[in-house]
Amino acid sequence: MDWRIFTRSIVVITEKNMRIYYFKGPVVVFGLLFPLIMFLTFFIGRNLDLVLFFPGFLGMMLFFTASSVGPLITPWEKREKTYERLVSLPVILESIIIGDLLAGAIFGVAITTIVFATSAVLLHLPLMNAGLLALSFVLGSITFAALGTLLASPATDNPSNIMMLSSLIRLPLVFVSGIFIPLSQLGGWEWFLTSLSPLTYLVDLFHASLNGDAVYPPWVDILVLMAVILVFIWCAKVIQKRNLVKGI
Amino acid sequence: MNAIEANNLCKSFGPVTAVDDVSIAIPEGGIFGFLGPNGAGKTTTIRMLTGVLIPDAGSAQILGTDVHKDPLTAKLKMGVIPESGTVYSDLTARQNILLTAKFYGMDRTSREERAGEILARLGLTERRNDLVRTFSKGMRQRISIACAIVHSPPVLILDEPTTGLDVYSRRLVIDTVRHMNREGSTILLTTHNIEEANALCSTISIINKGKIVATGSPEKLKKTFDTSRYVEVSFDKPVGHELFVVPGITRAEPWGDKWRVYTDDPDRAVKHLASVAERDQLTIVSIATSNPTLEEAFVQITGGD
Repeated sequence: MDWRIFTRSIVVITEKNMRIYYFKGPVVVFGLLFPLIMFLTFFIGRNLDLVLFFPGFLGMMLFFTASSVGPLITPWEKREKTYERLVSLPVILESIIIGDLLAGAIFGVAITTIVFATSAVLLHLPLMNAGLLALSFVLGSITFAALGTLLASPATDNPSNIMMLSSLIRLPLVFVSGIFIPLSQLGGWEWFLTSLSPLTYLVDLFHASLNGDAVYPPWVDILVLMAVILVFIWCAKVIQKRNLVKGI
Repeated sequence: MNAIEANNLCKSFGPVTAVDDVSIAIPEGGIFGFLGPNGAGKTTTIRMLTGVLIPDAGSAQILGTDVHKDPLTAKLKMGVIPESGTVYSDLTARQNILLTAKFYGMDRTSREERAGEILARLGLTERRNDLVRTFSKGMRQRISIACAIVHSPPVLILDEPTTGLDVYSRRLVIDTVRHMNREGSTILLTTHNIEEANALCSTISIINKGKIVATGSPEKLKKTFDTSRYVEVSFDKPVGHELFVVPGITRAEPWGDKWRVYTDDPDRAVKHLASVAERDQLTIVSIATSNPTLEEAFVQITGGD
């Protein structure tokens, strides 16, 4: 394989996605308003400990922003009949998957950085390890953008089908993560359930980088998230390749 | 080396065999037509040739590069207009062309120059900065063609490029195909339009029920099915079928106010018609012979499917 052409195809697909699907007024406004509304919902009038719960809030922001648009790109392009043209260009399946993933990850990092910077200034949040926080942003964004790409893979040209599937999978992942109840207060089957959600490990990384109150060592969180990324990409590739064989 | 080569391509969708052992070899420089009725397997074959669909069996090469083993290199050598494929409606005409050019690694200056040149050729210069979503079908198809030829591909593959277009857009598309061929591109196009295939293509393959059933130049295909030559005649009085039951006339059928008499020897048929007219005291109002058409050949080959 010619890696130069492959890299170029990823860069151009990422640029295409950013321009057509992400850098749209409504998408950016939604990306910024959503955290604000979630913040108001969680914190106003509940006397929650900001330092304890902010990592969970930040994790949820990143989760939703990085995985919100990605699931819609492929079904939308299939419906608009641009997908067939894209596949006939000098790209391979991996270029499309990674290009979609990178666009979602860039959007996730950008929005979450803005949210964090604003919150840090207004709420005087602690910051234990800036480098680890930056790594968490990147790793978390890639993980959940990869989830978005996986959700985009089923054979359909109807974005509303994918929206339904997306909600069906993403919402339980939020509920079983350690966002609402700190991991240290969980035990038994609750702990087991929580360990199934990749969001748990990102939130734990945020705890480590913001207030040093993590349950797992950071390297465990990092390894788990990296493994999840690889599994999501592999599954997306298998499903999308099967679609190419079936012609759908 | 052939520009396009397919060897024993097969594709089934469940119990339906869409393409059954199709092999083609298209030498560099020509315009090759792929003709067939709906559902014959044209688009499925094109999709396998362009790497959009993975074949069940067989292989495809573009200028010697296997489309499925080295897709990136193979796709660099071709420009494709998919049957239903369109361009991004949220980008302008110019942005669509520039974006496509980036996939082919063209530098900024070449991209800009080529986009301007193609937009002018396709009559879209004035609309270059308009969003494609405001374009008519014909204009969208012209942008689709612009994207396919932006990198001056040595191989251009077009699936039904003129279907549903207005006369002006259709003419522009055909002119562009001819221009690209003069510039050195090998063209493979599928079409329902027999007249268009006849006028454009140096070689035609007719595909039916997933199999290639005939290949040759339009003239050769017409001659192969020479029995489709006919004489059209009309008399001053109604006549019956029995008038045409003679050796040399294969069949006769009413054709408006005339009879169409199919024969392998038009001269002999005309003589026969003149003699029966005299015998039965009929006056021949009009008589004309016709050479076989590609359409006739097509209908005979595909059984009128």
